[in-house]
Amino acid sequence: MAGAGDQINRADPPTDRKRGIGRRRFLTFAIAAPTLAVGGYVGYDATDAQALPSLPQPADLLDLGDVITLASRPTAWTMALRVEEDGTVVFELPRAESGQGITTAVAMLIAEELDAKLSDVRVELADATPSLLWNQFTGGSTSMRTLWEPVRQIAAAARGRLVTAAAKRWGVEASVLVTRDSAVVAADGRTLTFAELAVEAATTTSAPVTALPKDAKNYKLVGQPTGRVDARDIVTGKAKYTMDVEVEGALATVVARPPTIRGTVVSVDDTAARAMRGVVAVTRIDTGVAVSATSFDIALKARDALKITWKDGPAVGLSDSTIKNKLRSAVAPLVVPGLLSSALDAEFDFAFVPHAPMEVLGAVADVRSDRAEVWFPCQSPIVAQNEIARAVGLPVDQVTVHVSRAGGSFGRRLFWDPALEAAVVSKKIGKPVRLMWTRADDTKHGRLRPASHHKIRATHMLGDVQAFEHRMAAVETDLEHGFGEIISASGAAVSGPADGSLFFQLSATCPYNFGVVTQLLSEVPMPLPTGSWRSVYSANLRTAEEIVVDELAAKLGRDPVKFRTQMLKSARVKAVLAKVAAEGQWGKAMPAGHAQGVGVHEEYRSATACLVEIDARDPKAPRVTRATIAVDVGLPVNPTGLKAQMMGGLMDAISTILQAGVHIDDGRVRESSYGDFQYARQKHAPIKLDVFVMPPSGRPGGAGELGVPAAAAAVANAYARATRTRPRSFPINF
Amino acid sequence: MPTYRFFVNGEHVAVDVAADTPLLWVLRDHLGITGPKYGCGVGVCKACTSHMDGAAVTPCTVPVSQCQGRKITTIEGLADGDDLHPVQEAWITDDVAQCGFCQPGQIMAAAALLKKTKTPTDAEIDAIENVCRCGTYCRIRDAIKRAAAAM
Ligand code: FES
Ligand code: FES
Repeated sequence: MAGAGDQINRADPPTDRKRGIGRRRFLTFAIAAPTLAVGGYVGYDATDAQALPSLPQPADLLDLGDVITLASRPTAWTMALRVEEDGTVVFELPRAESGQGITTAVAMLIAEELDAKLSDVRVELADATPSLLWNQFTGGSTSMRTLWEPVRQIAAAARGRLVTAAAKRWGVEASVLVTRDSAVVAADGRTLTFAELAVEAATTTSAPVTALPKDAKNYKLVGQPTGRVDARDIVTGKAKYTMDVEVEGALATVVARPPTIRGTVVSVDDTAARAMRGVVAVTRIDTGVAVSATSFDIALKARDALKITWKDGPAVGLSDSTIKNKLRSAVAPLVVPGLLSSALDAEFDFAFVPHAPMEVLGAVADVRSDRAEVWFPCQSPIVAQNEIARAVGLPVDQVTVHVSRAGGSFGRRLFWDPALEAAVVSKKIGKPVRLMWTRADDTKHGRLRPASHHKIRATHMLGDVQAFEHRMAAVETDLEHGFGEIISASGAAVSGPADGSLFFQLSATCPYNFGVVTQLLSEVPMPLPTGSWRSVYSANLRTAEEIVVDELAAKLGRDPVKFRTQMLKSARVKAVLAKVAAEGQWGKAMPAGHAQGVGVHEEYRSATACLVEIDARDPKAPRVTRATIAVDVGLPVNPTGLKAQMMGGLMDAISTILQAGVHIDDGRVRESSYGDFQYARQKHAPIKLDVFVMPPSGRPGGAGELGVPAAAAAVANAYARATRTRPRSFPINF
Repeated sequence: MPTYRFFVNGEHVAVDVAADTPLLWVLRDHLGITGPKYGCGVGVCKACTSHMDGAAVTPCTVPVSQCQGRKITTIEGLADGDDLHPVQEAWITDDVAQCGFCQPGQIMAAAALLKKTKTPTDAEIDAIENVCRCGTYCRIRDAIKRAAAAM
């Protein structure tokens, strides 16, 4: 069983799969001691006092990433790196890999500090490890922010041990030795490879040489554009996802789900289904009726042969229009009186959006009477492990959770629902199962980015903005994936419950000097499955604001880029905006029906600007034809991966602003696949895209979610300018 | 149950399954060939794209009864041993993949296109309907052009 689990993240042949069995190797631990510089960076440009300065907002001082870093720090030293006898450097990464490229970026950090060849470093996804506490959570674009210090220290400590072992072997001073290409090299040219030193380094008792991470100016690999470490596996079809895991005898399992969201089973007639050859079990579970068979074609056929009477789910009676009305009446009141001459008011609506990762949800589970093993992609495996243990009635330490590579996530895999279903079915039928959601299951019963309503009033006088009020109301976001526990573990002094409002406070900022700025969120609980969706509140929040900024500029007779430049607080944002304006030829003449649009965003201690050109001659079928993005993440570890994140954010923006969302009709999701949930295709992607990575300016900030808000704003603004309309409801063509 | 005989990646296979069994599940569950991915099962996401007699098809919508005697190629059969197909090479050079889940289908779609035309136009590339939820489209376009040039 253990061997099968390992197949998920590795490409090496089966004989090498047994993790560490029969091998000597050394483990190194480094204690991460530095204190986090909370509030060390506040986005002000002190030299520019043209606009009315706004007070720092909570997220300027302590943001979500700081909180997650604080929570992860106490156990950072328990992450393990080992050098095996064949010289392979293995690191078990307590994060999810869902395409964001974190395994590549972490391999680069390790190779850099060890002076190892990148191809000698193998990053695996760690099983759920309760002792890691809050250092095994993937979210909030924090992976590089949280791992940057401890991973480099652990690798530097390992290098120290290897150098010490070589010095001892040769009887020379460690200080005269250097490391390169996975070897220790002496002044006279003698070399010892890490493979040759692995065992001695593990057993040496002499004090290792001091192990400080490298100075950034000595980096050879970090900062260099680097391709994915698993690229070859992916292009040859060898990369294993959850449904590709070989677990002997695991039955293909699908679940018949209700027509309404969270509907329940009243009765089921499974006679026809059970009679089908290959059907092994039909099991009632909380979410529907599971059919387990020898293969998926049979399971799917048998599922369709079930006759089920359903009870309506709790969302029956809710439709887009009723939801919109509830949200409208929930927004907090504006405070500044709206005097006609000096106020700009605008209201916006955003539809629900499913995460719709390309790989549908699924899990493999093998639950026995005394132990359980589960494989699935997961951003919060420790919480998941607890929940699974509870569901199958086993002690937590008898439940092994293997984190498999994810075929996309976008926030969806913060939750573990398919793993719970698989574990419960496996327990009930006493056999291993591989449970898969169909695409229709995913679209109709998946989680949703909450619909939101926004009310904004910008009050201006004599060309200055005196006040900027933003009231957002959204269907409540389910944060029951450990957010509250992380807040407590961080020890951060925050007031109030760990709910959406707190999350909002820790993430929402307005990058402009707009006098008195207030951003308030009202969450409205509804019986709908929701979840954090790439950039959480920021995509809608900041898109709405950036549209108002364009409209303010127009009202004041100012150019949108010049107006932003004057009003922006931080030099970093000004710099990325200037970069896209120059590279994207802002202001150039555009034919009728075409236009440019810009947007900026600052979050995760990073900044970005996006400039797009749109062809909206047919307003029903607009196309973004060109995009220029500039991004400053402080320290770009892998510019190639960073550019990919920005491209992905842009495609999310094009999709959700122009065409992709789902409707709720009387407690049901109307759409059922990519056939009607119109995520962008090749024909919607810009023909020309340039992403400019700004030079290093500090520590790494977050990148995974950064690209969405600025690009969404740019697309909306370009559409507005091209069509001379004021878009207020998104997606525009829905 | 009838027996269907055809070729997958150059090897002769025989399967005993119902006539309407989708080729995707024959490949994945009966033959253990997991490169073609399930993304929708209804022919819209194209994640399962493979070749039948050299042309792109979506195995989730092809019943096995239509495969009798045909040559099926999946992503696993595209390379010539260790020598990657130019499309795969280009995919690595342009570092196309993110999560990678759609990429077997994208690569097979691109390879089929390049079989039809040596120098695909932007309009022809636009006509590829494979979904990439990670949004790697611009790199896909670059890689197709790179592969075309290399071929
Ligand atoms: S799985 Fe075949 S087209 Fe989607
Ligand atoms: S790379 Fe993730 S769906 Fe295309």
